[in-house]
Amino acid sequence: MRTFAELELALESATGNPDQHAAADEILRISEEVLEHWIVAKGAVPTDDTREGFRLLALHRQGTKGDPSFNACRETCREIAYHFNLVTLQPNDAETTDRLAMLKMISNHLYLFVSGKMQVAALGDFCCSSKPIRQATDVDLPMTKEA
Amino acid sequence: MTTKDKYKKVAYYPGCALEGTGHAYNRSTKAIGKELGLELVEVENWNCCGAMEVKNIDPKIQTYLSSRVMSVAANEMDMDVVMAPCNGCYHNLKKAEYDLANDADSAQVVDRLSKKAGHKTYESGQVETIHALDWIKDTIGEDGLRERVKNSLSGIKIANYYGCMYTRPRHIFPEKDSGPGSESTSKPHFMDDLLEAAGAENVDFPLKTACCGGAHTLSDSDTSTKLVLNILKTAKLAGADVIATECPTCHTGLEMHQIRAEKTLGEKVDIKILYFTQLLGMALGLKPKKVGVHENISDSMRFLKEKGLA
Repeated sequence: MRTFAELELALESATGNPDQHAAADEILRISEEVLEHWIVAKGAVPTDDTREGFRLLALHRQGTKGDPSFNACRETCREIAYHFNLVTLQPNDAETTDRLAMLKMISNHLYLFVSGKMQVAALGDFCCSSKPIRQATDVDLPMTKEA
Repeated sequence: MTTKDKYKKVAYYPGCALEGTGHAYNRSTKAIGKELGLELVEVENWNCCGAMEVKNIDPKIQTYLSSRVMSVAANEMDMDVVMAPCNGCYHNLKKAEYDLANDADSAQVVDRLSKKAGHKTYESGQVETIHALDWIKDTIGEDGLRERVKNSLSGIKIANYYGCMYTRPRHIFPEKDSGPGSESTSKPHFMDDLLEAAGAENVDFPLKTACCGGAHTLSDSDTSTKLVLNILKTAKLAGADVIATECPTCHTGLEMHQIRAEKTLGEKVDIKILYFTQLLGMALGLKPKKVGVHENISDSMRFLKEKGLA
């Protein structure tokens, strides 16, 4: 599993791939890894199941168990699945480049939401001083408090 | 009595935000109510709904605080509908309603505190809590708006941003997802419907219910700025000129972090942020000042002049 910092970089460069199907695959994989971070931090093993054909949606469902506030990214995950389908099922559409760019923006929102939520959950509210610690360790922080 | 008639006169619960940073929302809500012939009767001596701070410490105290607002409306004002334009207030009153109907412990705490405070205990079902979107949609509706539009919003592309509390959690909003004409929790559309009726062109905006980082604003402003920047850029990519809002927390966050993104990240996104009530008010022929455009942090006057609304 790549660190958050690595995922951020990977997402930034994902749309540079001239193979748009491969780029969409990579963005979907990055989105899954973002959710894996949340699930691992909660002490669970990320599922390999799928829902409606997407592991991403199964991971999201797993991530909400015991923490309904994680539902705040439910529609974000569904929009990722929808835009992934648009790019990969209609590759010759005139809007495919824009759709891929939109897929990247939505995935970025998932990344920002989950990484921000993990920071709060791991180290408590109102703790700006926690930032360097998070940046240094990035993962494997114990989850002590709900965001 | 039909829903349309029932909502024509409602108890108005502005909440704390609408007296402060969200004052433009308060002003524009009252202005369009007056213009549309709808009556708002402010809840007497209302209190905080419990927002996020109290809820995080003790959810039952939040249930009590929200129940007191509904108790005043029902038992002291004889009203049966409370309209709360703020997503936080709307969400908390709905949550209190649900808890009182389904959790005996919450009902006990509310009863004990109500007696201690010296007012009647709110009983589940005494009032119906609605949002400003329900209020306009169910009283005037799209057809009624079309008839009343004086300055069409034609030529304005809008990304409708509902935020995360208007539809979540689903179980406290039993009237949503209840068939044709009802609001959707996964793809809300009431704001889209109303603004389209006023002539606007809605863009397909995939982050309409995504988190704006409001809860991170104090603890980690950088995360909030990045979340807002991503929302602004996504709306721009979707082709929008304006982001329409219906929550004072989201609205203020979008405006503040739009500026902060420019200052701290050097990223400027030229997109206007306006309350849906401001847009509807101007479509109904009200001047920008009447709907509080001058109270917004961001300046949209030049844009509004270009579009013939100012």
